[in-house]
Amino acid sequence: MSILAELEHVSKLYGKIKALDDVTLKVRKGEIFTLIGPNGAGKTTLLKILACLEKPDYGNVYINGERIEDRNRNKAKLNTTLVFQKSTQFSTSVYDNITYGLKLRGISKKQIDEAAKHALEMVKLEGYEKRLAKRLSGGEQQRVALARALALNTSLLFLDEPTANLDPKSVSIIEEVIREVNRQKGTTIMMATHNIFQTEQIAEKVALLINGKIANVGTVDEILRGKSRSLAKFVRLENIFSGTSEVLKEGTSCVRLDDGVTIEAALRRSGRITVFIRPEDIILSKRRLESSARNVFEGKIVEVSDQGPLVRLKVDAGEEFVVQITKRSFIEMGLNVGSQIYLTFKASSVQSI
Amino acid sequence: MKTAEVIPLLILFFFLAIFVVFVVLVEEFAEGLMEAFRLIASGDPEILGITLRSIYISGTATVFSILWCIPIGVALGLRDFVGKQFIKGFFNALLGIPTVALGLILYLMFSSTGPLGSLNLFLNPLGVSIGQAILITPIIISFITSAVEAVDPDIRNLAITLGASETEASFVVLKESTSGVVLAVVAGFNRAIAELGVVLMIGQNLRGRTRVLTTAIALETTRGNIALSIALAIILLGIVISISFLTNLLQRRLK
Repeated sequence: MSILAELEHVSKLYGKIKALDDVTLKVRKGEIFTLIGPNGAGKTTLLKILACLEKPDYGNVYINGERIEDRNRNKAKLNTTLVFQKSTQFSTSVYDNITYGLKLRGISKKQIDEAAKHALEMVKLEGYEKRLAKRLSGGEQQRVALARALALNTSLLFLDEPTANLDPKSVSIIEEVIREVNRQKGTTIMMATHNIFQTEQIAEKVALLINGKIANVGTVDEILRGKSRSLAKFVRLENIFSGTSEVLKEGTSCVRLDDGVTIEAALRRSGRITVFIRPEDIILSKRRLESSARNVFEGKIVEVSDQGPLVRLKVDAGEEFVVQITKRSFIEMGLNVGSQIYLTFKASSVQSI
Repeated sequence: MKTAEVIPLLILFFFLAIFVVFVVLVEEFAEGLMEAFRLIASGDPEILGITLRSIYISGTATVFSILWCIPIGVALGLRDFVGKQFIKGFFNALLGIPTVALGLILYLMFSSTGPLGSLNLFLNPLGVSIGQAILITPIIISFITSAVEAVDPDIRNLAITLGASETEASFVVLKESTSGVVLAVVAGFNRAIAELGVVLMIGQNLRGRTRVLTTAIALETTRGNIALSIALAIILLGIVISISFLTNLLQRRLK
């Protein structure tokens, strides 16, 4: 398969922060490629650079073998499109949202109508043409965003965490559409995600991005099921956070995460650090626990997913934590989306990468 | 209705209420008020002429101002460039410029011995419109800049990722900020039609040529024609309040 998009020693700085650091990556024609990594790892920046929305400070970007420069940026942009994590809509109808890009391409009204109808059918939003896009639910808005990208029929489709915080129905529709558009039209797809299960189900290739650098890249089999056990273990980790660590007098460290939350870790490290907490190491309670554990956060359940005997919860406590409890505990505690709870974990449960 | 939309309306009603109370309390003004309503109802050609001229001159000023304020406001709201903060600060500082001082500068520029004397803008309605346009420029720019800055930054990125050029994306952002732009235009027009200093300095209140509502009110008051002054003031307030009211209705429709 030929290479459709390529980054060559790309670096991107925002002030003093290095969002991407010497990234080299090749995306082959027709493949589904996922980018995984913690928040702030540089996934969105990488997608924006490939989608020609941002210029790299160093290095080269190639689309279809052609080096992207100012003179051909607009032309290259017509072959790519990006669906943002936060679904953004114009203050117009669903039809006008979907046809905006098509109108820019000077396509006939008949073709525009057909493309819009087909795109809406794909995301199962038939008959939504006249509705105001901003008045739809989060999941529907994200499906409109996907339909808007699909209608353009670009050879490269970039998706930035397209299913984050969506209802299960929308997630399954979006995943199905991604597979279908890749299978039927051969569209090359690059998707940033936190969801390892999604990666296993959809993707062929995976790149692991940590602190702006590609930590590893390979096929899903190589990365998730391969011999490199430590990497496989790492990739499967949840609650990966980056922040700045400072060693305290007591010998532990205070890690100030990029989102402002501070956690205490039984580590002696200072400076930039990436840490993780295993979901099963976090105790969930309805009242604040008085215990020896150094980290207690109050939060709200924002997502619940059933995984057989276990239930996986996403909790917003300033930072988003993934917690795993048994289904029995979940039922007995009377929990649901929106429940106010406390998270407790020991400083020794915080491990560095 | 947003608080920002309600406040100008409330202020206008507040001043109208004070005005009415004041007028009602003073007998002389009460008589003047009656006479004023009679004058308005009679469709006096002098009053009608002054009113239409006011709307025409200030309307033209607003159109002129929009021509340069929209590109500047969009650029200040969307782009990052060296000196941006300085330019924003400059326009903010101009918001408080004494209008008589601006009028004097323009008088010196437009009068027959001034550098732009050959353009015959002095004592000319077009000159008055240009003066008002300059006066309301900082107001419209600051409103448009704020409106554009309030639009979700991802809207511009969305337009670009769908294939728009920078200019096309700027138009999308401008469209998204329509409500704020309408407010900017209305605020500019209301400020222009209420202006006295600049109009007096450039137009000199020539009857049938540069006499507008504000200059006519000032003149008739000094002449002791209180009824006529009140009639003109009621018309001026009526125009400003009606436009603000219609704008609010329009903004609600736009949403």
